Amino acid sequence: MNELIVLAVIVAKMLAIVIGLIIVVMLLTYLERKVLGYMHVRLGPNRVGPFGLFQPIADTIKLLVKEIIVPTNANRFLFIIAPMISFGTSLIAWAVIPFDEHVVLSNINAGVLYILTVSSLGVYGILIAGWASNSKYAMFGALRAAAQSISYEIAMGFALIGVMMAAGSLNFQEIVLAQNGNILHWYMIPLFPLFIVFWVSGVAETNRLPFDVAEGESEIVAGFHVEYSGVTFALFYFAEYVNMTLISVLTSLMFLGGWLSPFQGIPVLEPLFAWVPGYIWLFLKMSFFLYCFIWFRATFPRYRYDQIMRLGWKIFIPVTLIWVVVIALAVQFQLSPWFS
Amino acid sequence: MLQRIKSYIKSFSLVDLLIGMKVTGKYFFKKKFTLQYPEERTPASPRFRGLHALRRYPNGEERCIACKLCEAVCPALAITIDAEPRDDGSRRTTRYDIDLFKCIYCGFCEEACPTDSIVLTNMHDYHFENRGENIMTKDKLLAIGDRYEKDIASDRAEDKVYR
Repeated sequence: MNELIVLAVIVAKMLAIVIGLIIVVMLLTYLERKVLGYMHVRLGPNRVGPFGLFQPIADTIKLLVKEIIVPTNANRFLFIIAPMISFGTSLIAWAVIPFDEHVVLSNINAGVLYILTVSSLGVYGILIAGWASNSKYAMFGALRAAAQSISYEIAMGFALIGVMMAAGSLNFQEIVLAQNGNILHWYMIPLFPLFIVFWVSGVAETNRLPFDVAEGESEIVAGFHVEYSGVTFALFYFAEYVNMTLISVLTSLMFLGGWLSPFQGIPVLEPLFAWVPGYIWLFLKMSFFLYCFIWFRATFPRYRYDQIMRLGWKIFIPVTLIWVVVIALAVQFQLSPWFS
Repeated sequence: MLQRIKSYIKSFSLVDLLIGMKVTGKYFFKKKFTLQYPEERTPASPRFRGLHALRRYPNGEERCIACKLCEAVCPALAITIDAEPRDDGSRRTTRYDIDLFKCIYCGFCEEACPTDSIVLTNMHDYHFENRGENIMTKDKLLAIGDRYEKDIASDRAEDKVYR
């Protein structure tokens, strides 16, 4: 009986996360089109509902009722299973994300390691989708996505090593609490190069502009999901946006102090903002990074493929390696105020 | 050497990227050009050549005298006219069809017309739902003329000096 209750609580938590994510993704698609429109000096969607707010709902309904077309000679089983893999792997990473102190589905010790492992699983969905589509464009897109994800995962991993060393822990709660103090204590400042590397690698990981050669409309139509329609496409779409959200949350947790208020320890402002709950701060930080995703998309042209590889292998990895050494020294000599 | 160091500093400080983001960031707040189409419309020239209409005189008499000049001048052969004397002896059309699929909206019919009867209004947004509705019959054309006579007249008046 007791086990059943525990199970029910876990399922309820999972549902809360998934529903929350669905809402965030819906708002994000709306925000993306709106912000992109505004930066193009357009208005963006504004017909469905007030300010076009129901546009994502209309899009969802459209995608759900559309036909799933399986290409000739495609591997039917893999073709259908691939978006599910993408969708699933994009969700499981959220199990270790703390939304506030002790508000986490499973508070495991090696949270960062878990995230690294799980985030590299997502590329299997893309690879299988590209292969099973029986289409050259999809194949190219999948290969590009795989190569890119692998390259940037290394830089990302090294950036995470810096964070682990600074916090002395692999647990997200402890990483966030290690940044306790005011805004100056956040790892954004001592780990600034790693912060930039992690964030840019994150953009590359999610195959978002300017690193979206995997989808490159002008070259390979839509890349790995070119043959997908209806629900299967919706799953890929959802996975992409969930991954964006995940990268934003990870960056906020590891470099911007997660749920901590930026005004901690500042005389007047701290009591003034004391009523704001932690998850709101986390949400605000996450929103900023999500906005940056869209901002990048509106600003930068797509990288050439060899330039992406050069950036990943020849710039990010050396930079992170050097900075890991710097951090090691700073931790060893207990550089205040961060590592004392 | 110094040049190289300079370029390293430049690329590692991400200055160029930030400048680019500043531009888009500024455009975010700019006034939007979007025109909310069905509610707002762009100003149209009085010479705009859109949907056709047949006009009437202020006393309600139709202007068309079935001279068939428009039919003759029409380069796309879109106009078909049959004419017969009316009961009061005046010459009128019994059939005045314009095939909108053939029409190229050149406006020659309007220029050829001695009585300013056939005109092109500035309506550009119209549609058909059934096969055959692309043929504008005399009744339909006259109805359009009656409905938009005010706009048609004001457009002609505005453009009169140049004709």
